[in-house]
Amino acid sequence: MTGYFSDVAALARKDLLVELRTRDTVPAMLLFVVAALVVFHFALPQDSSELAASGMLWIALLFTALLALVRAFVGEREQSTLDGLILAPCDRSAIWLGKTLSVLAFLLFAEAVALPAFALFYERVTWELVAGVALANVGIATVGTLLGAMAAAARTRELLLPLLFLPVAIPLVVGGLGATVADDPGRYLAFLGLYDVIFAILSWASFEYVVTE
Amino acid sequence: MSTGEKYLWAAYLVLFAAVLLYVVLIALKVGRLERELAELARATRDRSEGARG
Amino acid sequence: MSTSLRNNGAAFLALSAAALLVAGLGLALFWAPEDADQGISQKIFYVHVPVALTSYAAFFWAAWKALRLLWKGGERYDLESYTAVHMGVIFGVLTLVTGSIWAKVSWGHWWVWSERQLTLFLILFLFYSAYFMLRYSTDPGPRRSRTSAVYALFGVALIPVSFMAIRLAEGLIHPVVFKRSGPDMDGTMFVTFCVCLAAMLALAGGLYLLELSGKRADASLRELRERLA
Repeated sequence: MTGYFSDVAALARKDLLVELRTRDTVPAMLLFVVAALVVFHFALPQDSSELAASGMLWIALLFTALLALVRAFVGEREQSTLDGLILAPCDRSAIWLGKTLSVLAFLLFAEAVALPAFALFYERVTWELVAGVALANVGIATVGTLLGAMAAAARTRELLLPLLFLPVAIPLVVGGLGATVADDPGRYLAFLGLYDVIFAILSWASFEYVVTE
Repeated sequence: MSTGEKYLWAAYLVLFAAVLLYVVLIALKVGRLERELAELARATRDRSEGARG
Repeated sequence: MSTSLRNNGAAFLALSAAALLVAGLGLALFWAPEDADQGISQKIFYVHVPVALTSYAAFFWAAWKALRLLWKGGERYDLESYTAVHMGVIFGVLTLVTGSIWAKVSWGHWWVWSERQLTLFLILFLFYSAYFMLRYSTDPGPRRSRTSAVYALFGVALIPVSFMAIRLAEGLIHPVVFKRSGPDMDGTMFVTFCVCLAAMLALAGGLYLLELSGKRADASLRELRERLA
């Protein structure tokens, strides 16, 4: 068991170190999410409610997450690394977990900038919003990593991943938005938790079927 | 025919049209399969005759 | 032997479907009572709901076959799962179209977000359309089969989760303006409904077996061609 988790840690650390050195993904995510928030200002009609702005935040987060997910598996370098990892003696699902953790880290970095920006441009960030974002992150990272691995086998990887991801992400948007604006955020947070549990287990269990030849 | 009836007919006709469309597509496919099969049969015949002759 | 059984199965189901569809149509139009509020347009229910349920059934069948594939392996399950998803999408589209017609005649709009079932089918349509994208852009082989199977399983997990999400969303977004009172079905309505449901299931089953035959023939031909080449 300790072997499993040390594999996971090693894999996650590898991704983070690579990102630290190359700085490919996170800066782009930061810039993208801020740019998106600015664009939304011009996209929202004058008499839009504050609620519309919250909705826009969730769209921005979703598409920023897609940036990270596309980078996670579909880079050519990544594909050959993945092939190498498949041959390694570690449990395949450890690859999934390691990748999920690194995606999660990238998301947290992006949100560390996105949420203050949102507070600056639109309205204050409540603890319910933060909780919603945290729970949604888990769902995005777990399912997104699995779908990224699926898309990686296809010829049209970068196109396919958003198509696979968006329908599955709809419940996350509902849960997140509800946590932000509804009167009883607890229900929505609980729903996000349920989503996370169901899909994390499914993703963890099915990863090896998706990557083995 | 009242509006309600018109829409009701529309719904049933959509179903009917869908099934017919499906039949057409399957028919096209069967035609293609038939042609390919005939071609392969000819190829086998030629080959076995070539081997014998 | 099993091939001829399958062919006869398709014929049997197609025949049953024809008989049941005629019976169902007759019952719906002539025997079942007219709804007090909605009038005759309520009878679209006898097409719309059976088609929706059949679509769900197809997706669950696809997930079952997918599970068998992952569990036991065997390319036949891949074809069966794929065909079942195809059926599910076809009937899903029919659900959306008939539902849209019903919405138009009930409320004057071709689409209403407050119809939970329709919204759910929209999400499922997007999800399973991506299934075909996935298959078309991946090279055939065991990896594609397994990936498709996992995706089909995700689909059925998504069904209840999405439905919950849609219900939760109602409080957040559009106000619930249009609501249709579900039919409290009396005896005649229920019988009619059951006949129509059986008809749709038989139709889907027959088309499924037919399509499966076609796909298997394709695969056999391809194999023959490779051997002769």
